[in-house]
Amino acid sequence: MTATTLTSTQGAGRAGDKVFSGAALAAGCLILAVLFGVALFLVVQAVPALTAPADKIQGGQGFFAYIWPIVIGTLFAAVIALVIATPIAIGVALFISHFAPRGLASGLGYVVDLLAAIPSVVYGAWGAAFLAKEISPAYGWLAANMGWLPIFEGPASTTGKTILTAGIVLAVMVLPIITSLSREIFLQTPKLHEEAALALGATRWEMIKMAVLPFARPGIISAIMLGLGRALGETMAVALVLSSGALTASLIQSGNQTIAAEIALNFPEASGLKVSTLIAAGLVLFVITLAVNMIARWVITRHKDFSGAN
Amino acid sequence: MTSTLTPVRSKRSALTKGQLPKYAPYAVLAGALILGAAVLALIGFNPFGWGLVSAILFAVGLVSWSAAVEGSRKAKDKLATCLVVGSFLVALLPLVSVIWTVLVNGIPGLLDPGFLTTSMNGVTGAFDNKAVESGGPVMGGIYHALLGTVQITLLATVISVPVGLLTAIYLVEYGHDGRLAKAITFFVDVMTGIPSIVAGLFAAAFFFAVVGPGTKTGAVAAVALSVLMIPVVVRSSEEMLKIVPNELREAAYALGVRKWRTILKVVIPTAISGIASGVTLAIARVIGETAPILVTAGFATSINSNVFGGWMASLPTFIYTQILNPTSPSNPGPSSQRAWGAALVLIILVMVLNLVARLIARIFAPKKGR
Repeated sequence: MTATTLTSTQGAGRAGDKVFSGAALAAGCLILAVLFGVALFLVVQAVPALTAPADKIQGGQGFFAYIWPIVIGTLFAAVIALVIATPIAIGVALFISHFAPRGLASGLGYVVDLLAAIPSVVYGAWGAAFLAKEISPAYGWLAANMGWLPIFEGPASTTGKTILTAGIVLAVMVLPIITSLSREIFLQTPKLHEEAALALGATRWEMIKMAVLPFARPGIISAIMLGLGRALGETMAVALVLSSGALTASLIQSGNQTIAAEIALNFPEASGLKVSTLIAAGLVLFVITLAVNMIARWVITRHKDFSGAN
Repeated sequence: MTSTLTPVRSKRSALTKGQLPKYAPYAVLAGALILGAAVLALIGFNPFGWGLVSAILFAVGLVSWSAAVEGSRKAKDKLATCLVVGSFLVALLPLVSVIWTVLVNGIPGLLDPGFLTTSMNGVTGAFDNKAVESGGPVMGGIYHALLGTVQITLLATVISVPVGLLTAIYLVEYGHDGRLAKAITFFVDVMTGIPSIVAGLFAAAFFFAVVGPGTKTGAVAAVALSVLMIPVVVRSSEEMLKIVPNELREAAYALGVRKWRTILKVVIPTAISGIASGVTLAIARVIGETAPILVTAGFATSINSNVFGGWMASLPTFIYTQILNPTSPSNPGPSSQRAWGAALVLIILVMVLNLVARLIARIFAPKKGR
């Protein structure tokens, strides 16, 4: 396109303008079409599973009975990941934005970004081969001493391949997302607010509590939501780390399953109605993450004018 | 901040009263390390526990000393500092641990004969059993997976870069913040959050519906990766096009240059370094994706250089299958050695891509206006 129009005459130059803006517009619309297509094709391929008689679906009790334990399992793993990752991520972001020496700050930020660069399958392999083994004694201790809590009910898994281990691996994976977004927002706190707080005699922590955190709150919330979106859809960490099973409340026994891992483990060998069932499960996951992400983006845009987040 | 406020006075003047001496943190740290070692010696020494116990002792010691001398406000400040620094150290643990694990386990795999130049074609469990029992070399390699990864990623790049770049141009140059541009921006952001496995399922569902059920080729995987890659390319290119100074555009218009030639000849060349580094980062992001390839390209043990026909292997799925379904179920050792070797290769690829992106951005940095 470009090679021919570059050497053309004045009249064709006008046509070049049309072609170019048309191509740009088409590319933009293609993106909308792809997102629409994702939803459409998932629905089309999922319909057989949604309309099939209940006894044909895996488990024999219909699609709903099949999907709800793994939806709960997905939420379980994501919530564990967020509970662990959020305080650490905010601490790391504060460290880089307000505590670390100026010269080191950007280098340290890059180190945390390295966490995001490691492929998820490597995290999965690490979680399965290293973390699960190292952490299983701690599960034994939890079962013996905290067993009265339903979430730490024994007997603890001896392999350590539990939903809690998967949650910890997920926490490591969402940590850089929450950190980098919160860091950006912390750095945008108006300097005058910070200096005013310090000038009134506030300690550094009081300054952060009074000036930085209130300013950054909407940004932190949306960063957490984006981390949640990532944790919900993460596949490999769970597929490799968790030895899956029925839904259980205990975090330190093997059991539970997430949608993404269920698809990854079963799709390659699936055929017929099973494919439809898994695609329908993917559709459910798509809807959940879409809702989470849209809420997060909406929070960002709503506060964009005065927080500068995004 | 506090250090700048500390008056430089000798001895205990009235101004430095109620402040911890400068050596306080070091003294508490030394005390905490010794006490931590003592505590750990009672219950069995290990370095991780030592670090943990010492950190807790350090925080408790410093904060309570500060509370006694400086009052509760300063003590709270010290506590917050301890927690913030502590969380950073905690965040470094998994990074160090992952890289260490991959290096230790991956280097023996990488040193297998022919690891980078042979495929898994014809390598059966019998070979692995023999390697374990008689101590021979581990057979098989990742050539087929490496080839698949490179081909799938290249095809995904060829699809995503034009679409992503044109979209970014639309948003910056033609969109004028209209309703369509706003919608595209919003949905690009939403697309960034699509779970990778859903992108894989979409590509699979699309090709199942169009070509026929059970279509699994490298091209399907490339389409799945493009869905993940396009939003990243759009976001980074958009940022780069936005920082091109408006004066450059206006100068071109004043010379009577048409808009599309201005974009091609002035705007894009100015921003090309940022765009190139953004594209490289996008490649680094999708090259490690496992789930979408798993559901779209299947597994292969032999070399397949045709992206449009037949199942194809890739590095991430190679790692995944070697760990989950070892070639020899009774002796998973050689399989996991191959998997870690492949993981090391994959991490090196990703790190090199990240480094290249930084270099491109630094060397060809756009000249900023003003």
